[in-house]
Amino acid sequence: MTTDAAKPGPARSGLPISILLAGLSIGFFVVVALATGEVSQLSGQGIVGLLQRMVALGLVSIGQTFVILVGSIDLSVAALISAVAVLASHIMQGDPAMILPAILICLGLCLAVGLVNGALVAYGGINPLIATLGTGLIIQGVLAASFGVLQGAVAREFQVIAYGGLLGVPYSLLLLAVLSLAAGFVLDRTLFGARIYAVGGNPDGARLAGIRTERVTLSAHVVASLFAGASGLYLAARLQSGTPWIGRDGIYDLESIAVTVIGGTILAGGKGGVAGTLAGVLLFASLDAGFNMLGVDAFLKQVLRGAIVIAAVAVHAIRTKEHVA
Amino acid sequence: MTTVPLPSSRRAAGIALNAGLVIFVVLYAAIALLQPNYLEPGLFMNFLRRAAPLLILACGQLYVILTGGFDLSMGAVATLVVLAASILINGDPDATWAVIGTLYVMGIAVGLVNGLVVAFLKVPSIITTLGTMLLVNGLALAWSGGAARGDLPDNFRNLGRLVWRGVPVIGTLPLAVVVIAGFVALAWWGLNGTVYGKRALAVGDNPRAAELAGTPVAVTRILAFVVSAVSAVTAGILLGGFSGVSVNAGEGLELQAIAACVIGGAQLLGGRGSIWSAVFGALSLFALFTLLNILGLPQALRDSIQGLILIAAVGASMWRSRKRN
Repeated sequence: MTTDAAKPGPARSGLPISILLAGLSIGFFVVVALATGEVSQLSGQGIVGLLQRMVALGLVSIGQTFVILVGSIDLSVAALISAVAVLASHIMQGDPAMILPAILICLGLCLAVGLVNGALVAYGGINPLIATLGTGLIIQGVLAASFGVLQGAVAREFQVIAYGGLLGVPYSLLLLAVLSLAAGFVLDRTLFGARIYAVGGNPDGARLAGIRTERVTLSAHVVASLFAGASGLYLAARLQSGTPWIGRDGIYDLESIAVTVIGGTILAGGKGGVAGTLAGVLLFASLDAGFNMLGVDAFLKQVLRGAIVIAAVAVHAIRTKEHVA
Repeated sequence: MTTVPLPSSRRAAGIALNAGLVIFVVLYAAIALLQPNYLEPGLFMNFLRRAAPLLILACGQLYVILTGGFDLSMGAVATLVVLAASILINGDPDATWAVIGTLYVMGIAVGLVNGLVVAFLKVPSIITTLGTMLLVNGLALAWSGGAARGDLPDNFRNLGRLVWRGVPVIGTLPLAVVVIAGFVALAWWGLNGTVYGKRALAVGDNPRAAELAGTPVAVTRILAFVVSAVSAVTAGILLGGFSGVSVNAGEGLELQAIAACVIGGAQLLGGRGSIWSAVFGALSLFALFTLLNILGLPQALRDSIQGLILIAAVGASMWRSRKRN
C-alpha cells in the first residue's frame, strides 16, 4: 500500500483513468449533440466552447491536485477565488495601466493565504480540513463585510483573457493548457514533484529519507492558492467585475476536490496526477454542456451531478481493499 | 495515536468535555456581561431553543466523526425536510404526524445511501456526502420548484416554537428544549449505554484493527450515517417550526455542525470525542453567534470570527496534546 503509493504514480495509474474518463466525456458530448440535432456543437467553435467551460474549474483543480497529492486538502479556494476577483476589479477600476499591479497584488494575496494555510497544516499540525475551512471563512467574512467599499470593474483590455484568442483558440484555454503542462512537468519530472509524491505516499518514510516534509506541504498549499488566484483572475476577466460569492456559488472548493478524486488522485495522497484531474474537469464540462443541449432542468442537473460524482469515484474506489472513511 | 491504548482516549474525552464547557461558559459569561438579562432562566431557555437545531445536528455529526467520516449532506436533508413538510402537509393539521413519519423515512433513506456507498463502494465519505448533498438539494428544489410552497400548520410549527409558561422553578419551558433533552439522552445512551460507542471509537481509530477484533465495521459506519440523517430530519422539523419555510433553511449547517464537534474536542478522522463534545461545541458556537449579534458586528464578519475560533480551538488542542507527549 504505502510502498506502492510512494512511487510516482501518474504514468502508471493516472493515465488509464484519465483516458477512460476523457473518452467517456467526449462520447457523451458527441452522442447528445447528434441525438438533439445540435450538430453545430461539434464544429471547431462548439468544441472550443466546451473546452472553455473547463478553464475556471480546471485551474483551481490543478492546484487542488497538488495539495491532495501531498495528503492535505484545501477548502479555502472558493473564498480565495472570490477575493481575487473582487480585488482585481477594485484595483483596476477599468484602468488598463493598473492591470499588472492588480495581478501582482492578487497573486501576492494568494501567496500569503497559501503560506498561512501551509503553515497551519504543516507546522501547526492542524487538520487541513479545519485549517483551510477556517481561513476560507475568514476570507469570506472579511470580503462580504467590506464589499461595499470594494466596488470596481476590470479593464477592458484585461477581458481579452476571457474573450480574446489566437487563431480561434481563446487565450484562457491556452493559459489552462500551458499551466496544466507546467504542472504535469513539475509533478513528473522535477525533484519537487517526486518529493510531493513521497510526502503524500508515506510522510514518515519521506522524513526519514531526509525530505523536509513540512516545506513540501507548505509549498503545495502555496501552489494551490496561486492556481485559485489564476482562476479568480480569469473569472474577473469573464464577468467584468467580481462579487464576494462567485467562488462559493460555483462550489469551487468541493467541486475541485470531486474532480481531482474522480480523476484518480486518492485523498490519502501520494497517488494520482494532473491528467486525471483534467479528465475529471472535462467530464463535468461535457455533462454541463450535454445537459444544456438536452434542456435538463437546473435542479435535476444538480441531482444528476451528485449521483455522477458518487458513481465516478465508486468506479475505481470499489476495488479498494482497505476501509475508507 | 494508533499505539495509545484505551485509557488515554478516556482521558482525552474528559479533556474534551472541559474544553467545550469552558469555552461555552466564557462566551456565555461575556454575553451576560453585556446583557445581564441573559442570566434569567427565561432567556437562557430561549437561547437553548434557538440553539436546538445546531445542537441536534452536532450530535448526529459526532456519530459520523467518531467513526472517522464526515456528513456534508445534513444541511441539504434539513432543507429537504422543511420544503417537503410544507408541501406534503399543506396546512392540514391532521396530516402532520403522518408526514413527520414520512420525513424520517426519507432521512433514513439518505443516511442508508451514504452509509452503504461509503462502506461497500468505498467512496470516501467527504465525496459521498458531497454527492448526496448536491442530489438532495437538487431534489428538494426540483420538487418545490425552487421556491417555498405550501404551508405549515400550527401543530407542526409548535415543535419548534411552542413555549410553556408558568413552569415551576424555570418559569418557561420551550418544547424544543424538551426535544433537545430527549435527543441528547438518546444519543448519549447510544454511545455510552450500548456497545455501539466502543465500536464507533474503535472503527474511527483503526478500522483494520477493529475489523480483526471482530467489530462489524460496515454496520457501525452505516448506523452512524443513519443517526446523522435522523438528527438532520429532527433539526429540520425544528427549523421549519421557528423560521418557517425557505429554500435555504439548512444551508451551511453541515459545516457548523462539524465545527461544533471540533470546538468541543472531537477529533476529525475519528477515534476521539464524546457526546459532550457535540453538545458543548454547539452551545459554544451558538453563544459565539449570539455574542457577535449583541456586539452589533456585521453579519458577514460572523464567518470570519467563526473561522478564527475554529483554527484557534483545534490549534489549542494540538498544542495541548503535543505538550502531553
